[in-house]
Amino acid sequence: MKKTITEKILRGRAGELVERPIDLIMCHDVTTPPAIKMLKKIGINKVWDKNKIVVCPDHFVPNKDIQSAELAKELDQWVKEQGIKHYYKLGCHGVCHAILPEQGHVKPGMVIVGADSHTCTYGALGSFSTGIGSTDAAYVLASGKLWFKVPPTLRFNITGKMPKGFSAKDIILYIISQIGVDGAQYKAMEFGGEVIHRLLDEEKMTICNMAIEAGAKNGIIETKDYYSDKGCKYEKVYNYNISDLEPIVAYPHLPSKGKPISKAVRDNIKIDQVFIGSCTNGRYSDMEQAAQILKGKKVKARTIIIPATTEVYKKCLKNGLIELFLESGCVVSTPTCGPCLGGHMGVLAQGEKCVSTTNRNFVGRMGHPKSQVYLASPRVAAISAIKGKIAHPR
Amino acid sequence: MKAKIHVYLKDSINTDEIIPARYLNSDKEEELAKHAMEDLDKGFAKKAKKGDFIVAGKDFGCGSSREHAIWALRGAGIKGVIAESFARIFYRNAINNGFLAIECREIDKNLKSGDIIELSLEKGFFTVKDRKYRFTPIPEFVKEIMEKGGLLKRLTT
Repeated sequence: MKKTITEKILRGRAGELVERPIDLIMCHDVTTPPAIKMLKKIGINKVWDKNKIVVCPDHFVPNKDIQSAELAKELDQWVKEQGIKHYYKLGCHGVCHAILPEQGHVKPGMVIVGADSHTCTYGALGSFSTGIGSTDAAYVLASGKLWFKVPPTLRFNITGKMPKGFSAKDIILYIISQIGVDGAQYKAMEFGGEVIHRLLDEEKMTICNMAIEAGAKNGIIETKDYYSDKGCKYEKVYNYNISDLEPIVAYPHLPSKGKPISKAVRDNIKIDQVFIGSCTNGRYSDMEQAAQILKGKKVKARTIIIPATTEVYKKCLKNGLIELFLESGCVVSTPTCGPCLGGHMGVLAQGEKCVSTTNRNFVGRMGHPKSQVYLASPRVAAISAIKGKIAHPR
Repeated sequence: MKAKIHVYLKDSINTDEIIPARYLNSDKEEELAKHAMEDLDKGFAKKAKKGDFIVAGKDFGCGSSREHAIWALRGAGIKGVIAESFARIFYRNAINNGFLAIECREIDKNLKSGDIIELSLEKGFFTVKDRKYRFTPIPEFVKEIMEKGGLLKRLTT
């Protein structure tokens, strides 16, 4: 029987319930402490495999208040007590979905789960990976396995030539604007076609990262060794030629409200803040794209740039990007998820507008329930920072 | 089972509305409960009473994987959510916590906050003032997890 890459990795047909051994689980500072408490409560004192757990405190690092410090302490004690091998604590820390691929934990064909919805990022390297809650995480930490319903696959063929100023972010924002925030609910989103295969791994991660914003179970891209069989059964095939598209801006308050940048320019949207970073767009190539536009210019909107990992930060420093950002009037912070979720390091006040390279623009996502978030690529964010309003990065 | 409903006929009510991320520095149910649904309906935590249900549109619970969304609602007294459809991580988290997530395609504008519904889980419908709404019966293996009191009980029994 011919199978999709997702069916192959999960070893089942679409619709079938399977229980699969887990190759890797990602744990962070918000969703793991509850899982630790659950395990203690039922008397399970040992994880199934201390080498298959990657712990990345990232949401509220460096600790933002006493409460988050207590959660971080709980996580830290547990990691030491269990002897967990892969622990990216402060100093080698970073946003989990940037750390795991960067540090070589993600390999094609793996089954990966993470107690975070954007775990779907790792599909960019040909693995099946999906986000789970704390109870599922506790179950995996104890047993090393989990049940799945094998999802049907939506195939997205992306063809054409990348238009000027266009980025991987625009591809995924465009797709979500076409199918909606529940357009891939419970399904696998498989991205392919000439455009996708020419992208850098980091750019592929930006695309798979946002599969969850269409409700998908996983996002995935084929590799040389892991691919969908010719003639396999897709639930639906979408063919998009991007040659004539413009960069996309997703208006408040849904990631599916993507509009062409020329519309946003016409709407004359003045902004208070720009944020460049996160698990969607905080990797080195994102920093580089922002730097190319910011070089020698001054920003009008307050601009926060956060390299997603310590390694990305160091590379920016070595190559002069940090200085370039500071000279432009931006601020640069140590890696954290912080502002993306309105946690800390850039929370919005009532009525404020922000262009953000993150993944969600829900009500209250980055601060006050009456603030507004426009999602865009690092290029659009950088040029908008300079102009003080949403602008086209040609 | 009789229950009062709180109706939000909106699609894609997301986890940031159910429990804003700024409160995730705590994982205590009673703490989270104070902020349940805060960015959608500021007065919700005060209105909600033990055993109440939420009624909503499509794609309820989309967004983050935070199980805190379930705990905030449960802490506020909510017994379950009846929605046209659910986002998948929320749905899974609900099952794992033994929290009722009922998928009902027949939800309509006649349902009003404060209505009392009569719910039959076994037969797969609820009624309000003589109107009947059928819903997808809860799958067997889901029932099994719920009856055991959550997924983790499978590890110890």
